[in-house]
Amino acid sequence: MSQKKWCAAALTAAACSAQAQTSDEVKRLEERVQQLEQSVQQSQAQAASRTQSESAFNPAVSAILNGVYSNLKQDPASFRMNGFVPTMGEVAPPPRGLSLGESELGFSANVDHLFRGSLIAAIQPDGTGVDVEEAYIQTLALSNGFTIKAGRFFSAVGYQNQIHAHAWDFTDAPLVMKAFLGGQLNEDGVQVKWVAPTELYFDVGTELGRGAQFPGATAGKNGAGSVNVFTNLGGDIGASIAWQTGLSFYQTSPTDRAYDDPLNGITNSFTGSSKLWALSGVLKWAPNGNNTVTNFKLQGEYFKRKENGDLTFDPTGAALTDGYRSNQSGWYVQGVYQFMPQWRVGYRYDELNPGTTTIGLVDSGALAPSDFPILADYKPKRHTAMVDWSPSEFSRVRLQLARDYSRQGETDNQFFLQYIVSLGAHGAHKF
Amino acid sequence: MKWLFFSFAMALSTTASATVNVFACEPEWSALAQELGGDKVSAVSATTAFQDPHRIEARPSLIARLRNANLVVCSGSELEVGWLPLLLQQSGNARVQPGSPGYLEASQYVVKLEVPRVLDRSMGDVHPGGNPHIHTDPRNIAKVAAAMAERLAQVDGANAATYRSRAESFDKRWKEATARWEQQAARLKGVPLVEHHKGFTYLISWLGMREVGDLEPKPGIPPTTSHLAELVQQMKQAPAKMIVYSSYDDPKAAQFLSQRTGIPSVMLPFTVGGSDRAKDLFGYFDDVVARLLAPLQ
Repeated sequence: MSQKKWCAAALTAAACSAQAQTSDEVKRLEERVQQLEQSVQQSQAQAASRTQSESAFNPAVSAILNGVYSNLKQDPASFRMNGFVPTMGEVAPPPRGLSLGESELGFSANVDHLFRGSLIAAIQPDGTGVDVEEAYIQTLALSNGFTIKAGRFFSAVGYQNQIHAHAWDFTDAPLVMKAFLGGQLNEDGVQVKWVAPTELYFDVGTELGRGAQFPGATAGKNGAGSVNVFTNLGGDIGASIAWQTGLSFYQTSPTDRAYDDPLNGITNSFTGSSKLWALSGVLKWAPNGNNTVTNFKLQGEYFKRKENGDLTFDPTGAALTDGYRSNQSGWYVQGVYQFMPQWRVGYRYDELNPGTTTIGLVDSGALAPSDFPILADYKPKRHTAMVDWSPSEFSRVRLQLARDYSRQGETDNQFFLQYIVSLGAHGAHKF
Repeated sequence: MKWLFFSFAMALSTTASATVNVFACEPEWSALAQELGGDKVSAVSATTAFQDPHRIEARPSLIARLRNANLVVCSGSELEVGWLPLLLQQSGNARVQPGSPGYLEASQYVVKLEVPRVLDRSMGDVHPGGNPHIHTDPRNIAKVAAAMAERLAQVDGANAATYRSRAESFDKRWKEATARWEQQAARLKGVPLVEHHKGFTYLISWLGMREVGDLEPKPGIPPTTSHLAELVQQMKQAPAKMIVYSSYDDPKAAQFLSQRTGIPSVMLPFTVGGSDRAKDLFGYFDDVVARLLAPLQ
């Protein structure tokens, strides 16, 4: 407009029309450039679309690598939790010095319109083979809040047991998991879960398992070796806080579940029933729900186990059998605070309560308490502090210090420097 | 057994509502669903304009919401890859699984920018399908609106006519508004700016602005002091007109660069709800255009 006025005032009609023509032309050219840009973009997008290939349906593949440097005051081979039946599982700290942790390989994809499949294998660093951590199928097409899982999966016992070790906030498992689950419990079985159609999150589910792993032991029967029932409740408090609580009850009946007493080298075995209650709570805070700069996570679990049955002393030798009864518990609470992007600090306190253990062979006078040295009354405790740095969502370097009072009379000062990285598909992490 | 009875009792007490439950991953899509559905839909967003949509916890409340959804609308292009798949798996809701009519990925309906030619995580958190923040170009909103109206009509056949007529009315108003924004923002053509994250690529491309730098050294990696120092040098030689950050970004880096260079920093609402004016999609673009024009006054 202003250009036209200026033209009218100052220039001849011919010059003006020439100018108007050029500006019209510029406009037309601009439009054409825009059209061209659009068609180029479209053809680029088409070019990017897939051509036929066999690999098009490859599953999401991921690998987790981790390594740790450990400096331990006590020899990890002597690790034990006094007062508690040894689980014979992988519960000891990593070896002294530099070592490679388990390397995890994961594959997952939708099988078809009905199922999803997932396989996570852990390759043992010492060449002892490959462990199947999880291998399960899960339904996609059931409605009304139902999902069914079958195969091997981390059992819904408590909270952290369901999370892969690489996503834990500390290098090692809480003592309750070490004492009551033998590290981490994965069951071969079937899980049915139902999510309620309510605004507050509420689920209830059950698992029928093989029960071959601690606290179970294979009985070689046709039915289920273990049964777990669980329920979770969760929600938000405003935009900044999300919470979840869970309760589970796991029951199994181990037959000839053997353990070696590390203090006198004698093997004993238990047959009876084992019941485990787990209560868990998680609370996550982030300002306005934006966890990029600062956030805080509070997590705690309480486990209680009751075992009732027969204990056989030295089955291959003396082979004395009498009743056995124990009522034990344990808990931990941990907090992890991200104080600036990429940096977190955390603290964890662990405690196990030996409760009461009644050994028939001791009460009857057949044997002395000193014949079951590991079961002597003792309260294991541990303090753990960590700081970690996560340059991206795919890598983490962690330094952890712990003072572990799991062994009676021997304090273990532990120092870990660990890296965990993930390659390949972007995994989604559970709450 | 008690638990089971309790849960069934709870199931019965929540009677099915007549409205279509829309679970939107981001506020722009819940706002759009509300525009297209009116009182026929009840749309809730899983995230707000103050949250980084890449990093959302798959929290229980979201599973509960997804469980009752009839339609899921998300940006897609792997933006929600860290949390949406888990919600979908845990919800036990077959209506909204990928491939079913109840699952809509908005980015499939637009031409994506910044589609990487090489995929390597050393380049940061790149999205194989292209930049997922498509909602910052109103022309993309129009395309998604058409697709969403069709889906609503498919999911809720009884009200199909309503969705189509509302979509038509929205399209008309939206095109008028888009023309108005383009006219208002004509002066922004060619204006150089620095961005915090590549969150406004589509906006910049739509308005013909020029992005000359990012505060993030690589997508998804927080600003570092060395990278900011480089930007200060770069701005001394070729100053940008403004430094843009979104409602969910930490403003520190933008403010730091602004203080060192005297270039104004501008907070842009990332999406609907990110500022007082951005109450709906129209208000969002009104506000964004006004905020971009402010430093040029």
